[in-house]
Amino acid sequence: MLGDPIARRALAEVLILAVACGPLGVWVLLHRQSYAAESLSHGMLPGLVIAALAGLPLILGAGAGVLVAAAVIALAGRDERVGSDAGVAVAVSFLFGLGAVLALAPQAPPRLSELLFGDLLGVSAGDLAVAAGLAGAVVVALVAAHRPLSIAAFDRPAAASLGASPARWEPVLLVVLGITTVAAAPGLGNLLLVALVLAPAAAALAVTRRLGRALALAAGFAALAGVGGIALSYYGGVAAGGSVALCAVLPALGGLALRRG
Amino acid sequence: MSAVGAEGLAGGYRAGTDALWDVSFSAGPGEVVAVLAPNGGGKSTLLRALLGELPYRRGTVELAGAAAYVPQTERARLDFPLGALDVALMGAYARTPWYRRLARADRAAAAAALERVGLAERAGERFGALSGGQRQRVLIARALVQDAPVLLLDEPLSGVDAASAESIEALFGELRAEGRTLLVATHDVCQARAWDQVLCLNGGQVAYGPPAQALSSEVLQRTYGAELVLLGEGGAAVSVSHHGHAH
Repeated sequence: MLGDPIARRALAEVLILAVACGPLGVWVLLHRQSYAAESLSHGMLPGLVIAALAGLPLILGAGAGVLVAAAVIALAGRDERVGSDAGVAVAVSFLFGLGAVLALAPQAPPRLSELLFGDLLGVSAGDLAVAAGLAGAVVVALVAAHRPLSIAAFDRPAAASLGASPARWEPVLLVVLGITTVAAAPGLGNLLLVALVLAPAAAALAVTRRLGRALALAAGFAALAGVGGIALSYYGGVAAGGSVALCAVLPALGGLALRRG
Repeated sequence: MSAVGAEGLAGGYRAGTDALWDVSFSAGPGEVVAVLAPNGGGKSTLLRALLGELPYRRGTVELAGAAAYVPQTERARLDFPLGALDVALMGAYARTPWYRRLARADRAAAAAALERVGLAERAGERFGALSGGQRQRVLIARALVQDAPVLLLDEPLSGVDAASAESIEALFGELRAEGRTLLVATHDVCQARAWDQVLCLNGGQVAYGPPAQALSSEVLQRTYGAELVLLGEGGAAVSVSHHGHAH
């Protein structure tokens, strides 16, 4: 498998993404923002589709898509008439539907499945460099914000008096989530990237009661899922993105079963 | 000299709807102030206003330096993967730049603070696995690490076990002797009698002063209204219907 440059690049891509997605997922779960993670990645589909239609790099479409999705979600979540969750659900379904309609138009190139499920085996050296830059920025941001993020999640009422205003740090987490979503979208697709963010983190939090260990374990689980998924795809001849997502979810199920028992 | 005080303080969480009004008081260093109010009477709102975190606020607040805030323990996340010592260490986060490790002196201060609240041997235990009273003591230890001249405590003695309550009250005495000012929201009128000042709220301020003057039956009646039952001579009072049960 390592002799094949396509598989090698796919492997490098998932390992780069794992280092950012795993620890980020721990913060997303601790801040109870998994719904935001799901919404943001699903709501970006129109951006991806428009970039594909226009022949632009997918990463640009992902960036624009996440910005628009974030704005629409923020607006919808404010509508008190239907409640914030319902508002966000409607907005995300609308965005996702809009993306699908655009992608299925007669003149559109047939790439919808790549956008939804990613194209790990089509990763170029340039894609790798962009992913590495974004993932590096995410890791630096998470290290720098470690203390305020933990205060704001652990003890919201006292957070400001401890020097970590939730009003400042909760948006920071969402921005980092947005950057990760953009970084992961071309490789993992907008439906599957959430698996690499949330599942390894859920597994890590199930098996350890220490924050530092949970962050490291989540990165490790995500990396294992990446390697296992690429191997499964290479030798089993099945879709790469789906295999990675499956391999990410298995340890989470195991961890939750362990915790029950 | 005032360590914590307010002048014509009013405000609330929504524009045009005051949860608190007409609050004027002043407490000096080394004073313990009981804040008495019925449920929804403005205790937590007052603490938020003093912290500068009330969205809509009028009037002025006076604070000698930053205040440490001790919330009710059930507001903290019990599933959070941190130990008791980690939580106490949060008190040093504000003075530690993000690129620095926590100073050795701060680690020592956190260990000493846990020792002071009688939880030195529980330092490594997960916060969520401790009892309610022990968690409250860990949050107070965190405030000790903050080393603030003013401590604002939101019902620190509600629902804690007898041993924790005793340890917390003893600590209040020590902090008072150190010249720190404590503002303690409480439901317990008897406790309030043992402290230096009493601030009675029922939305608006009903009374402020030493317990002997402020805690008249008339003041208690106006503070608690229908929630109040007066027992026996001398105005011993018990507030009932808190969370649906008497205590």
